Amino acid sequence: MLTAIAIGVDGLVYASWLFLVAVGLTLIFGVMKILNVAHGSLYAFGAYGAATMVGIYTQAGLAPLGAFAMLLVAALIVGVVLGVVMERGLLRFMYQRDEVIIVLVTYAAFLVLEDLIKLIWGVDPYYASEPYGLLGISEISDLVFSNYDLSLIVMAVVVGGLLWVAVNRTRWGKLLQAVIHDREMSEAFGINVSRVYTVTFVVGAVLGALGGALTAPMISVTPGIGVEVIVLAFAVVVIGGMGSVPGAAIGSLIVGISRAAAVHLLPEVELFVIYAVMSGVLVLRPQGLFGQTFAKRI
Amino acid sequence: MMTRINERLMPARNATRRRLAKPFGLPFGLTIGLALAAAAVAGFGLSADHAQAQQTSEIKLGIVSFLAGPAAGPFGIPARDGSQLVIDGINGGTIPSPYDSKGILGAKIVPVFIDEAGGSAKQVAEFRNLVQRQNVDVVIGYISSGDCLAIAPVAEELKALTIFGDCGTPRIFEQGSYKYVFRTRSHAAMDNISAALYLKEMMPNIGRYGGINQNYAWGQDSWRDFSAAMSVLHPSAEVTTKQFPKIFAGQYSSEISALLLSRSDVVHSSLWGADLESFIFQATARGLNRRTQLVFTSAEPNMFRLGDKMPDGVLIGARGPYGVYAHDTPLNRWFRAEYIRRHDTPPVYASYVLGQAFLALKISVEKAAAANEGNWPTTEQIIAAMEYLEFEAFGSRVNLALGKGHQAITETAVGRYKYDEAAGGATIVDIKYYPAECVNPPEGAETVEWIRGGMKGARCD
Repeated sequence: MLTAIAIGVDGLVYASWLFLVAVGLTLIFGVMKILNVAHGSLYAFGAYGAATMVGIYTQAGLAPLGAFAMLLVAALIVGVVLGVVMERGLLRFMYQRDEVIIVLVTYAAFLVLEDLIKLIWGVDPYYASEPYGLLGISEISDLVFSNYDLSLIVMAVVVGGLLWVAVNRTRWGKLLQAVIHDREMSEAFGINVSRVYTVTFVVGAVLGALGGALTAPMISVTPGIGVEVIVLAFAVVVIGGMGSVPGAAIGSLIVGISRAAAVHLLPEVELFVIYAVMSGVLVLRPQGLFGQTFAKRI
Repeated sequence: MMTRINERLMPARNATRRRLAKPFGLPFGLTIGLALAAAAVAGFGLSADHAQAQQTSEIKLGIVSFLAGPAAGPFGIPARDGSQLVIDGINGGTIPSPYDSKGILGAKIVPVFIDEAGGSAKQVAEFRNLVQRQNVDVVIGYISSGDCLAIAPVAEELKALTIFGDCGTPRIFEQGSYKYVFRTRSHAAMDNISAALYLKEMMPNIGRYGGINQNYAWGQDSWRDFSAAMSVLHPSAEVTTKQFPKIFAGQYSSEISALLLSRSDVVHSSLWGADLESFIFQATARGLNRRTQLVFTSAEPNMFRLGDKMPDGVLIGARGPYGVYAHDTPLNRWFRAEYIRRHDTPPVYASYVLGQAFLALKISVEKAAAANEGNWPTTEQIIAAMEYLEFEAFGSRVNLALGKGHQAITETAVGRYKYDEAAGGATIVDIKYYPAECVNPPEGAETVEWIRGGMKGARCD
């Protein structure tokens, strides 16, 4: 019974983390048809930004709970700055090019940003572990969970909910859906598609940085963390269907629960299980679980 | 007057290229210069041999270590810094006796640093580049076992003297035989055997134990050696769970739950670098360290950075008698003080093991030269001098006793971590040393079979 509870909770926590990391990637693809390889760098910059800000905040001796605000502020600053620079300074010149070219451009941006991280922060690890212990623990018999981990579930629900409301219940969301449907027609109707693209990319960038910022307290922030994450995020997005936010949520849940079950029941296959799930889904639905409906649902 | 040693060190390897570019084995201008100098020296009544021994020369060394990627911070950069420190010490003649003569037989070391990041295929290309295009005399370094396994046959093919500094896999000399390859540190088996020995004294009645190790050669080999040693030393203990997360996973929430539920008395881990630190943050927040004895076989490089974030009482390994486990000798005092002066932090085991490879080279070249009437030795003569070499390194003695004299063994140590503000922060208490012959297999034995067979012949007294 305890094992079942552990699989459920661990699976939900991991799924929430995956969703937070992957949702920005799928949002940008859904609207702009850009497979943003540099999403991993946005995650890494978010983590480094958060570690730096939490470090400064902690050294200043201010109220500990304010460190959580630092995580969000770091994600916002990193996402907005990098998002605007990347979209306005680089990607908007590429929109007429083939999608493969744009992937290569984002890959180049990824390499540049990875080196920029080393230039700014060096290769030594950064820590922001203070917020991780602040929320305490929850115990179920022998099982002890960190409340910070559990709070990721809440964060994922909040982020997913806000995105759903923004896309389905706001004027901006309706404009977004029109652009997703037919970019040329939207322009003909007077929608400023260029601005929609910028806003979408910046929101996606902030979400990527948020994934990193929320992860920073749990890990040792070192060069290369973005590489690991981008592979996982791709797996989740492919399972759910490229460009589908609900798909990313379901994809995260499937991967999260499968991985947790593997860890508890058959640890030897943990490495393999994510890709086994991805292969299985792609064999049955090559477009991913929500692949066909993303244009209407995002 | 400057000349490069590799022209003499590696005649076989460079023969073709030299015949094409340098008809006399040396650049034309240099040959003329040497001839004039020899004539001048002869004019003052000195012998040609004396002139050769006295001349200023340089030896070009390729040094390979992680300068980027996740292994750079914990190992690669400290290894590079340790190398640079020893190079400066050798060039300046500032290392204590018996290494206090300037240079290697008077030759100044010229280092060429190469980044080990990028995988084995890239490293093989980099190695060929170092040897064939940059004409380095000797290659020293390598942290990753995968890279060492890939480089060894290439070094042999190119007849390039190569000293592995830090990689751990026993397979290099147990599954292969190399003339041009040496490793001046012990392989990894002793890390896990010594941990099991320490536990035998500390917790003689272990009932259950588990492990969390990365899912690649290092993690799998470490768990295999530890569980094999446990089955010999703690025969009644049973394995609860063996977790193998992906390398650089960073997220260990599920694994920690599984370890908590396993109710293990001991949890073994060879996690290193950022993975180890992430695991510690997540595991200590959930109280794993209060329920089980944690054993970290490679955590010494992390303890100074983590400080009070490393939980008290965990067993810490340094993969040998390095860092906090190095004995208080004049050599170690010099090494530690100089490293702290330069970098404001104590040297970790990666700094020590790469540093001691340079000592092995210096002592071997000079030993070979002594047997060669003071002349510069050939590569083969250096190899002959290095085989079965015993030398004093920074705080420990190194003995190239295995692999037909190419693989070192050293003693090792294990202790318990204690954060002590008054004593300067990160400290180790209850340290136990294990002799080299206690925790390393004898010559010719295959490590895993030797452990499983009851570690026959181990001399632990």
